[in-house]
Amino acid sequence: MTGPDQGATEPTLAVDGLKTHFFTKAGVVKAVDGVSLHVNPGEILGLVGESGSGKSITGFSILGLIDPPGRIVEGSIRYKGRELTTASYEELRSLRGDRIAMIFQDPMMTLNPVLRVDTQMIETVRVHHRVSKAEARERARAALAEVGIPSPESRLKNYPHELSGGMRQRVAIAIAFINKPDLIIADEPTTALDVTIQAQILAEAQALCARTGTAMIWITHDLAVVSSLADRIAVMYAGRVVETGRTADVVNAPRHPYTRGLINSVPSHNARGSRLAQIPGMTPSLMNLPKGCAFRTRCSQAIDACLEAPPIREIGPGREVRCFNPVAVAQSATVEATP
Amino acid sequence: MTAYIIRRLMQSAAVVLAMSIIVFLGLHVVGDPIYLLIDPQADQAEIERTIRRLGLDQPIYIQYFNFIGNALTGNLGTSFVHGTSALKLIVDRMPATLEIAIAATLMSIFIGIPLGLYAGLKPDGFISKSIMATSILGFSLPTFWVGIMMIMVFAVMLGWLPSTGRGPTATFLGITSSLFTIDGLRHIAMPALNLALLKISLVIRLTRAGTREAIHQDYIKFARAKGISTSRIVGVHLLKNIMIPVVTVLGLEFGNLVAFSVVTETIFAWPGMGKLLIDSIQSLDRPVIVAYLIIIVLLFVIINLVVDILYSILDPRVRIGEKSA
Repeated sequence: MTGPDQGATEPTLAVDGLKTHFFTKAGVVKAVDGVSLHVNPGEILGLVGESGSGKSITGFSILGLIDPPGRIVEGSIRYKGRELTTASYEELRSLRGDRIAMIFQDPMMTLNPVLRVDTQMIETVRVHHRVSKAEARERARAALAEVGIPSPESRLKNYPHELSGGMRQRVAIAIAFINKPDLIIADEPTTALDVTIQAQILAEAQALCARTGTAMIWITHDLAVVSSLADRIAVMYAGRVVETGRTADVVNAPRHPYTRGLINSVPSHNARGSRLAQIPGMTPSLMNLPKGCAFRTRCSQAIDACLEAPPIREIGPGREVRCFNPVAVAQSATVEATP
Repeated sequence: MTAYIIRRLMQSAAVVLAMSIIVFLGLHVVGDPIYLLIDPQADQAEIERTIRRLGLDQPIYIQYFNFIGNALTGNLGTSFVHGTSALKLIVDRMPATLEIAIAATLMSIFIGIPLGLYAGLKPDGFISKSIMATSILGFSLPTFWVGIMMIMVFAVMLGWLPSTGRGPTATFLGITSSLFTIDGLRHIAMPALNLALLKISLVIRLTRAGTREAIHQDYIKFARAKGISTSRIVGVHLLKNIMIPVVTVLGLEFGNLVAFSVVTETIFAWPGMGKLLIDSIQSLDRPVIVAYLIIIVLLFVIINLVVDILYSILDPRVRIGEKSA
């Protein structure tokens, strides 16, 4: 698959300095505070972070689905060179579900409970393409078959409550793929599923992307999931991307102390019998972030310089980190030894 | 489905039976109609004759069994006052009441749901706040007062609409109703609106509450992420989900409209069943009151059944009569 961009291919999506803030009565919540990332055609980007790190809000911002009191206050989102932050409502609507699709976290909630599966699929086709109902229905059937749903014809006539959670998520994925989009934003689509179903869905999503050349942003809090799926990873903390790079590089040699903490928190990384490693403290309130580096207060290797906000720095080809005192390469190779 | 309906009908029969006993006994306690019915000049022999003619000399349980016996053959008794079949009296008045109830229900649907949707979709706007404030008035102002004010403004001061009575009727598709003539519509507008005011407010509040809740659901956001137009999201995705409580309330309220539109019918001199009930209570016309209440119970039974069937259409998760889901 495509490696780090060389400037030769135009990225499918390029987000630059995106800031999405929520203006609540209690104060301004800086959910996304300067996110930059890009996805190349056919590439899978894993967007990793804890709850509240702003990864889902980033996804919704791309589709223009931020509701008041939230809004995009700064930055640019370019889809194939087209600026989306200033696009009209109709322009965005015609992209949504057609060129950029989204898969949600909880399959129990995403399908409308009172509409049949075929209704919900056919409308997705017909809102974007002038095709007959029969043709749209045929595409829906094909899309269901594509995501590995047995006897798609009869599933089309089902209501969501007649399907299992895994089946519903497959339907949602089929809806996302039905118009052969250029980009799919998947917001933790396997979190609510059984592990076995999770593995199947991951494999299918990966295969579908490879087959159709669709790029994907896979949002998750689970590093284990993306490490087997994504080409590149972007780690988010408190509304910012703190580290990006090729999946193998980030997972095997994390440079940001937060990324290292995340990796150490995965139980399989620990020797049997030893205490699970954890990141001390908790995600800071987005209304009241520490000055300078937001991770400073939980970081074991914070230095005086961290009182200033660290800029993102390129430390290798396609490899960036937002830290004044990154984890040394040798040190990060033996992650078990660190506290 | 069939088994379900049969079971429901049997339950309903039990309700009707219990109802008839309560009403029969209750009316017996309320007072003796004979002195209201008879000419004050009549002598004792005349009184005795009348009592026997009306069957009031029998013990109460015999009267009741006679009534039930007749009821099973479709005869709900003969009016003491009018001397004709109580059932016929009621059925003759029913179209007028049904028509006003239907008009009021249509108003609550076509005014209440759009306003409720608007208030739910734009909760902070000035118009929404005005809608909600007005709906509180709709709840709290007494019907009779609003009715009188409407007559004063629209009939007396502006002279736009007639103040009393039912307009001429016309027959359309085998149904005879004043809704099919212009003058009939002019006559029904005020009483129907008067009757609908409370229901409109109720529907506005229900629709708004449902909208506020549904709008934040993932399936609405997912529909938006699919690029579905706002009108389809509101008209299909949202509306179908919030209709269930609205249908329940409208169903029950429709029964109420038919049964107890007494106040409005009195103010606007609408020749419906409510007026008949009031007159019958005043003259202690027992057969008419009993027949009326039994018909009302039947009406509620039917409405509840229709509402249940509508549920299963609106919400696929409700499957009437089937155990598996």
